[in-house]
Amino acid sequence: MSGEEFVPLSLTPLLIGVCAAVACALPGNFLLLRRQALIGDAISHVVLPGIVVAFLLTGVISTWPMMLGAAGAAAVAVILIEAIRRLGRIEPGAAMGVVFTTMFAAGVLLLEQTDTSSVHLDVEHALYGNLESLIWLDATGWASLLDPEALAGLPPELPRIAVTLLAVGLFIWLFWRPLKISTFDEGFARTIGIRTGALGLALVLVAAISAVAAFDAVGSIIVIAMFICPPAAARMMTNRLESQIGWSVLFAVLSAVIGYVLAGYGPLWLGWADAVSAAGMIATVSGVILALAAAFGPCRARAGAPGTG
Amino acid sequence: MLWDALTLQLGYNATLVAIGATLLGFAAGVTGTFLFLRKRALVSDAISHATLPGVCIAFMVMVALGGDGRNLPGLLAGSALSAWVGLLCINGLTRRTRLAEDAAIGAVLSVFFGFGVVLLTVIQTMGVGRQAGLEGFLLGSTAGMLFSDALIIAVGGAATVLLVMILRRPMLTVAFDAEYAAATGLPVHRVDLAMMGLVMAVTVIGLKIVGLILIVALLIIPPVTARFWSDRADRVVLLSGLVGGLAGYLGAAVSASAPNLPTGPIIVLISFALFALSLLLAPARGVLAAVLRHRRFQRRVHVRQGLLALAQGQEVYEPYTRRLLRQAGLMRADGVATDAGRARAAKALRDERRWGLVRADQMHEAAAAQYDGLRDIETVLTRDQIDEIDRRIGPPHEVRA
Repeated sequence: MSGEEFVPLSLTPLLIGVCAAVACALPGNFLLLRRQALIGDAISHVVLPGIVVAFLLTGVISTWPMMLGAAGAAAVAVILIEAIRRLGRIEPGAAMGVVFTTMFAAGVLLLEQTDTSSVHLDVEHALYGNLESLIWLDATGWASLLDPEALAGLPPELPRIAVTLLAVGLFIWLFWRPLKISTFDEGFARTIGIRTGALGLALVLVAAISAVAAFDAVGSIIVIAMFICPPAAARMMTNRLESQIGWSVLFAVLSAVIGYVLAGYGPLWLGWADAVSAAGMIATVSGVILALAAAFGPCRARAGAPGTG
Repeated sequence: MLWDALTLQLGYNATLVAIGATLLGFAAGVTGTFLFLRKRALVSDAISHATLPGVCIAFMVMVALGGDGRNLPGLLAGSALSAWVGLLCINGLTRRTRLAEDAAIGAVLSVFFGFGVVLLTVIQTMGVGRQAGLEGFLLGSTAGMLFSDALIIAVGGAATVLLVMILRRPMLTVAFDAEYAAATGLPVHRVDLAMMGLVMAVTVIGLKIVGLILIVALLIIPPVTARFWSDRADRVVLLSGLVGGLAGYLGAAVSASAPNLPTGPIIVLISFALFALSLLLAPARGVLAAVLRHRRFQRRVHVRQGLLALAQGQEVYEPYTRRLLRQAGLMRADGVATDAGRARAAKALRDERRWGLVRADQMHEAAAAQYDGLRDIETVLTRDQIDEIDRRIGPPHEVRA
C-alpha cells in the first residue's frame, strides 16, 4: 500500500487505536490485580449520561464540555457506588450493578427525550465509536508528517489521546513503588506510610480519565476490552509485575494493529465490499490473544510457577 | 393517559407489552435473588452482553437459509447458545487459570460484545434490506410487538419461575454456604450452572423488552431492594419478584403513556426509584431507621451520664444533656435535679455500683461481658442475684438536691 493512501486514511485511526489501547491497558494491570477489573465496565456505561448532560447544558457537540461531563459522571458513579455499598451494606458488585445500569438508563432516556437528530450523538456511537472516520484529510503522503500545515489538520483526538497516554504513563512511573506495594500488600503499604486510600482513588481516577479520553475516540467496547484483556493475557505470561506491564502493552498494541487491519482490509480479502467495525474487531482480537494466553501461557495456572499448570 | 395505561386500556400492543414486562420483571427478580445471594450479580452482565453474537449469527443463518431473519424464536435460540458459550468461557477462565471472576466477566463481556458489533456491521454490509431491528436488541424495542412474541415471553417467564421454585432449595444452600453444600453432597458446580442457566433464560426472554444492556438491572436491582425488607431468604425471593413485576408493569405503563419514553430505561429507572425508597425507609436496614437508632442510642448515653453526674453532685455542663434532662422533667433550668431526677439518679448510681460488683466477681463473668454502660442490670441478672448483690453494698443512698 502506498503512502498516499495509507497516511491520510489509516495512519491516524491506527495511532489513535494504539494509544487508546495502551492508555487503558496500563492502569488495567493494577485494576486487575486489585480485583477492580469491572471499574472500567462501570465507567464506560456511566459516561453516556455525562456526555448527554454536557450536550444539553452547552447545546453543542464539543470536546471539552463532553470530557468534563463524562468525568463528572464517572465521579458521581464512584461516589454513588461507595454510598450505596456503605449505607445499604451491599456487596460491591451488586452496588456497582445498581448504579451503572441506572445511570446508563437515565442517559438513554435523556437522549430519547432531547432532539439530537441534528447532531451526531446516539447510543450506537457511544458504544462502537467511529475510529474509521478519524481520517487525516490534509495528508498527502509520508512527507506530510514533516509538513506543519498538514499537521495542523490532524484529527484532534490524536493529540488528546497521546497526551492522556503520556499522563497515564507518567502517573504509573512516578507512583510505581507505592502502587506496586499497595497492590500486592495493602496492610504493609499502610504500615510504611503509604496513603493507600488516596492512592486507590487516584488510580481509579486515572483509569476514568483514560477511559473517557479513549471513549471519545473509539467508543466504550474498546475501553472495557483494553482494561481487561491485555493485562489478563499478560498475567498468564509472567509472575513479575514489570514484565506483566510490558506484555500487556505489547498485547494492546497487537490487538489494536491486527484488529484495525482485519477490520479495514480483512473483508476485502474475503471479497466483500465494505469494512466492518474496527472497535469491535480490536476487542475480538484482544479476546483471541487472551484465549491463546489462557491455553498456552507459561503462568496460566493458579499456582503460578511455570510447568505446574 | 397514565391511568389508561395502568388499567391496560391503551390498546392491544401496549397491553401485551405491559403483561410481558410484568412477567419478565417477576421472573428476573426471583432468579436474580439467588445470583445476588451467591454474590455473583455481575455474571449476569457478561451473560447478557454475550447474547449479541448469537443474535447476529442466528440472523445470518436464517437469512442464508432463505427465511425471515427477524424470526424471534430463532434469534432467541441463537442468543441463548452464545450466552451459554460465554458462560462456559467465564467458568473455564476462573477454574482453569489464575484469573479472578471479575476479570473473566469483563473479558467475556467486552470480547463477545465486540464480536457481536463486528457481526452487526457485517450484516449491515450484507445488503439484506431486512436487518433493521437487530439494533433494537441492544436497548429493547417494544413497538410493534406481536402476540406470538408476547406469548414467548409469558411462557418463558412462567417456565423460569417454575424451574426456580423446583431448584430453590439447592440454590439457596449453595448461595449461603457453598462448602457446606458440597459437604452434604450437593453438586455445587452443577447447581451454579443451573443458576446461570436460569439467568440466561431471563436474559434471553428480556432481550425484546429491555434489551441486552439493561436486562442486568432487572436481575440486580429488585433483589437488592427486597433484601432491605427481610432477612428470610424465601421472603426476599418473593418480594424481589414482586418488586421486579411492579417495576415492569409501571415501566411499561409509563412508557406507553407518552412518546419518546423507551420501555427498558423507564423500567430500570422505576426499579431504581423503588430501590432508593427502600434504602431510605426500610425498617431495620434502611438509612432512616439507622439514623433514628443512632439518635436513640445517643439520647440514652446522654441521659445516663447526666443522671450519674447528678447522683454524684456534679454540675452538668453539656448543653444537649441538660436539654434532654429538662425535657424529661429530671432537672430544673438552674441545673438542680427534680424529685423524679433524684430518684432516677439514685437508681442509676446504685446500678453502677451493682455492675461494679458483678464485673469484679468471677462468678458473674457471663453477665459482666454484657456491660456497656447502658444495659439495665435487671435484664441480665435475676431478682435473687440482685438482692444478693444489694446485701453486699448496703441500703440505697439518697441523692441530695
